[in-house]
Amino acid sequence: MAEPLTLFDKIWSAHVVQSRPDGADLLHIDRHLVHDGSSNAFRMLKARNLPLRRPDRTFATPDHYVSTLAGDLAAINEPSRRAMVEDLESHARTNGVTLFGLKDRRQGIVHVVGPEQGLSQPGMIIVCGDSHTATHGALGALAFGIGATEVAHVLATQTLWQKRPKNMRVTVDGGLATGVHAKDVILAIIAKLGAAGGTGHVIEYAGSTIASLSIEGRLTVCNMSIEAGARAGMVAPDDVTYQYVVGRPYAPKGSDWDKALASWRALPSDAGAHFDREVNVDATEIAPMVTWGTSPEAAAPITGAVPDPAAAPDAGSREAITRALAYMGLTPGSPLSGIAINRVFIGSCTNSRIEDLRVAAAVVDGRRAVVPAMVVPGSGLIKAQAEAEGLDVIFKRAGFEWREPGCSMCVGMNGDLVAPGDRCASTSNRNFVGRQGKGARTHLVSPAMAAAAAVAGSLTDVRQLMGS
Amino acid sequence: MQAFVPLEAVAAPLAVANVDTDQIIPARFLWRKRGEGWGHLLFHDLRFNDDGSARPQFVLNDPRYQAAQILVADRNFGCGSSREHAVWTLFDYGIRAVIAPSFGDIFFNNSLQVGLLPIVLPTVAVEALLAALEQTPGAHLGIDLEAQQVSTADGVVHAFEIDPFRKQCLLAGADELAFTLSQADDIASFETTYERKVSWL
Ligand code: SF4
Repeated sequence: MAEPLTLFDKIWSAHVVQSRPDGADLLHIDRHLVHDGSSNAFRMLKARNLPLRRPDRTFATPDHYVSTLAGDLAAINEPSRRAMVEDLESHARTNGVTLFGLKDRRQGIVHVVGPEQGLSQPGMIIVCGDSHTATHGALGALAFGIGATEVAHVLATQTLWQKRPKNMRVTVDGGLATGVHAKDVILAIIAKLGAAGGTGHVIEYAGSTIASLSIEGRLTVCNMSIEAGARAGMVAPDDVTYQYVVGRPYAPKGSDWDKALASWRALPSDAGAHFDREVNVDATEIAPMVTWGTSPEAAAPITGAVPDPAAAPDAGSREAITRALAYMGLTPGSPLSGIAINRVFIGSCTNSRIEDLRVAAAVVDGRRAVVPAMVVPGSGLIKAQAEAEGLDVIFKRAGFEWREPGCSMCVGMNGDLVAPGDRCASTSNRNFVGRQGKGARTHLVSPAMAAAAAVAGSLTDVRQLMGS
Repeated sequence: MQAFVPLEAVAAPLAVANVDTDQIIPARFLWRKRGEGWGHLLFHDLRFNDDGSARPQFVLNDPRYQAAQILVADRNFGCGSSREHAVWTLFDYGIRAVIAPSFGDIFFNNSLQVGLLPIVLPTVAVEALLAALEQTPGAHLGIDLEAQQVSTADGVVHAFEIDPFRKQCLLAGADELAFTLSQADDIASFETTYERKVSWL
């Protein structure tokens, strides 16, 4: 019998064009997604006078620099930012790349658009010049972020040299308590692994909890793999996956669908496949999570307290915690629940999909935000869907701003910034120093917890608010 | 890509773990073009106050470290965002090598693409280097890529590993793209076979 293989092994092997003596493999790339931060890569291509090898495999959408006030170029009032979007549109046009531009309802955050359009499919290798590309792994693909020179390499050759990373399996078993969502699961995993715990690895998320998540939940989990240092995160495709993909604009159709399905069914890791590292998580123990520091690993249950540096195991972590708490303006030992916040952001490639908006809307329905709060849907189609369901009305009635799709306050590159010293409950993925703006203090939470924070004006256990 | 030549230069200690690429270059500068020069933006918000004045406590603002071409950092250096701008910024400042116990994967790859040498040394070795550099500000380290060695002024030598292909590229200042382009026939024949199999793409 053949050696049992992992999902990752199978996808990797199917894409090797050639191998170098040093062990690096030249991988064929199925999908290359580009966004409005990719202009330097297009310029590198142009500087070498190289054509884009596979425009048919390259898809573009602007997201980082777009205005969320109005979905057009004129609304980007800063010329250098507007130029980033204009550059993408002109690079896409001159190179014959499919563009979901500002006027297109399909425009949105690149990691939301790929799955939504059916561009991201099981068995594929997907790359993008963005570290959260791992998101697409939720569909059973191998997807990872690359830098600008590598983007140019893919544009020119539709291939990429990579050393084979190691396999890690994170198995999450058990039911999730009410009020606990995919975001809490991944924050709990990162807290356990540490911000560098997955370095050099691709993580396969497995177990009954992951299997019971919707694709949108799995997208949230895979999205934050990079925050544990992992190259990529993936979930084996199953019926949930196929039901999600079928019928989407770029999904295979007719006899192609049958052929694709047959090949996808062979992808899941074989019994007895070797993982370099195995980690187990008990889902029943996960509570709604919130970060207290300046690295996503600094996450704790909302029922917990701000850690005391004095209790840290070594001098290095004592210093790191002290520094983080000084930046965050938090006192050791104080309960996480009740920390007053100034602002709420619901959006980003982690949590801006329709299910996220539904959960948040259910929390705010009939309540009022007591701090400035905004919802930024992940794509134009999600925005339209939410409006068809009346979610926009619920949010607006509760005092939330209802914006146009884009990355927005996840990174603030479009000018949607958290003011210095302000404290933001955010559904995004990074609480780094200055990530949401200079001096901004970020607490990463799920959409339900962000909504609860908005109506309470402080970090609060959504389960208590909802009386469950 | 610029060839990596043997280095004997000031090394600056940055004894902080998880230095993410947002710290190396804040997102609000990323709209700039590669050729515009990035060095003055390195560690911008750690290096400068809001009014643009230098923050004296930051290592690169100490005149004794200012000419640093080597950075010694703590674990998981360059984690976070995939922005290659982080490497450009270090490179344009004049940094040619970063020594740390571990790196963010994407940052590590980006460095090799740009010609910045990321050196992984064991934690104890890095801790020793950090302590020595803090004790003797402005001390030099030597880096010999050919011999795969980091050496201190008082003669301690640390060997490091590097992938042989990457080493050759760095020594020659050659990037991968030229080589890959020469493999166009192989790529084309792979695509033909692959697309026969995966016909739904
Ligand atoms: S939403 Fe945030 S993390 Fe996601 S692609 Fe945009 S900036 Fe990056």
